[in-house]
Amino acid sequence: MAQAMGFFTDTTVCIGCKACEVACKEWNQLPAANGGANTLSGDSYDNTRRLDGIHWRHVRFVEQFTPDRGEGRWLLMSDVCKHCVQAGCLEVCPTGAIIRTEFDTVVIQSNVCNGCRDCIGACPFGVIDINPASGTAQKCTLCYDRLQVGLEPACSKACPTDSINFGPVADLKKMAEARVGRLHSQGEKRAYLYGADDKMLGGLNSFFLLVDKPEVYHLPPDPKMPTRRLKPSTWLSVLGGVVVGLAGLVSFRTRGSRP
Amino acid sequence: MNPPSSTLFTAPPEWQWLIVFYFFLGGIAGGAYFLAVLIDLFGDPLDRPLARLGYLIAFPVTVVCGLLLILDLQRPLRFWHMLLQSETLRPMLKTWSPMSLGSWALLLFGGFAFVSFLAALADDGRGRWPRLAVLRPPGVLGTLVALIGGVLGFFIAGYTGVLLTVTNRPIWSDTSLLGLVFLISGASTAAALLALLGRRRARTSVTGLHALERFDSLMLVLELIALVALVVSLGSMARVWLSAWGALLAVGVIALGIVVPLVLYRRSLRLGDLSSSTVAAVLVLVGGFLLRVVIILSSEGV
Repeated sequence: MAQAMGFFTDTTVCIGCKACEVACKEWNQLPAANGGANTLSGDSYDNTRRLDGIHWRHVRFVEQFTPDRGEGRWLLMSDVCKHCVQAGCLEVCPTGAIIRTEFDTVVIQSNVCNGCRDCIGACPFGVIDINPASGTAQKCTLCYDRLQVGLEPACSKACPTDSINFGPVADLKKMAEARVGRLHSQGEKRAYLYGADDKMLGGLNSFFLLVDKPEVYHLPPDPKMPTRRLKPSTWLSVLGGVVVGLAGLVSFRTRGSRP
Repeated sequence: MNPPSSTLFTAPPEWQWLIVFYFFLGGIAGGAYFLAVLIDLFGDPLDRPLARLGYLIAFPVTVVCGLLLILDLQRPLRFWHMLLQSETLRPMLKTWSPMSLGSWALLLFGGFAFVSFLAALADDGRGRWPRLAVLRPPGVLGTLVALIGGVLGFFIAGYTGVLLTVTNRPIWSDTSLLGLVFLISGASTAAALLALLGRRRARTSVTGLHALERFDSLMLVLELIALVALVVSLGSMARVWLSAWGALLAVGVIALGIVVPLVLYRRSLRLGDLSSSTVAAVLVLVGGFLLRVVIILSSEGV
């Protein structure tokens, strides 16, 4: 296997230019939303709204201002599939369409997916959705086709501020830790890494540097695997089956023994 | 302040009415087969027509279930990718994925339900192959078919709840009780449908119908307990149901679908009042359907 490859997204240097979104759409030939009609969300400068089947990068705009807008700050984050080491989508996919590649990334094979949508509800981050053009579930592939020929993904290539860094995950982690250390020494004590260690789903191959709570960026504070309740719910169902069976036995047998 | 539940940061799979109907009918198919097996193996010989009715319901309803699931796919022609790896044509099975396991279970259950359907026809002197009657109890072969089919029937009635739990969606993945609730409800709605259809048939014994009513009453009590436990197990996420969904659950599922039928069944068993029994069975079916509506659609809306 090649080295595990991923993204380190440093939100503190994102300027919200959306070059990543555009580069992603261009390279992956993703269709425009609403047939290209311009519809404004009314939510800051964010008209992409969320990650889905035709938006594999999404720049989130968080405005933290006082009511008179005299003081405050912008939080900007280019969101993407986290390529989890323990991937919920891959785990539940009943067709085997979702695979782990030699780069330790998670890719949906569009020619295998039948659009059952189990992965959409299983993803802890709400990353996956149906692409209406293909009728299959789609998301960031970490530009698998580009990686196979030694190119870097389109989004990180286009990012003008190096907010999106691409490389071997081990190198990215070192770079990220150094960056957090530098920010701390400069007085930005709120900086921390989200998903860089293996406590979160075995580690996110696409992890982030944040300066506020995860939920502020619309990231789950404690993402978990979808199978976490598989055993208890299976055993409770089996127990229910036994009780229902006994109830049936009592209902019909007592009657059968009467004269 | 506690951080918000992580299930609130996920996206809805948009399982809508086709899935609601599948969950409802899957419960009925599995439950009807299981009840038929129970009556065949342990019931009075007088009740064999009632068991036969169970088999006759189970197979066609299972076919409808399969069609609903295929129609719900965004690429319906690829439905077989659930069963075979599309490139190697080797079996595709993930035992830890309820949807994968459920696809196989539905196929196998469909097979057993079909065999029992033919056997039930043959046993009655209908159908072209009277010898197929050996595939229905009390013979050894028939008992074997019934036992395996019955277990699969149970699986079909309950796995749908486990499937919802094995996601990251609000409500669904916030409790471990959905499989149990759906299983009980499947048994209950199947008993109600059997009683309702059985009553129209001349050969159905009154005592058999009463046994079904007693069984359904037990199921309704269990379902009520399981539903209360479900709401408690949701913790703060139960607040999602402080809405029209909660009202539908309280009025449609619990009051009209459980409490009123319990009273009516009691009246029927004590006074032999057939009309109250009929109304009870209809309400149980409506309540079972609304249960799926509330569970599935209330999470889809979050």
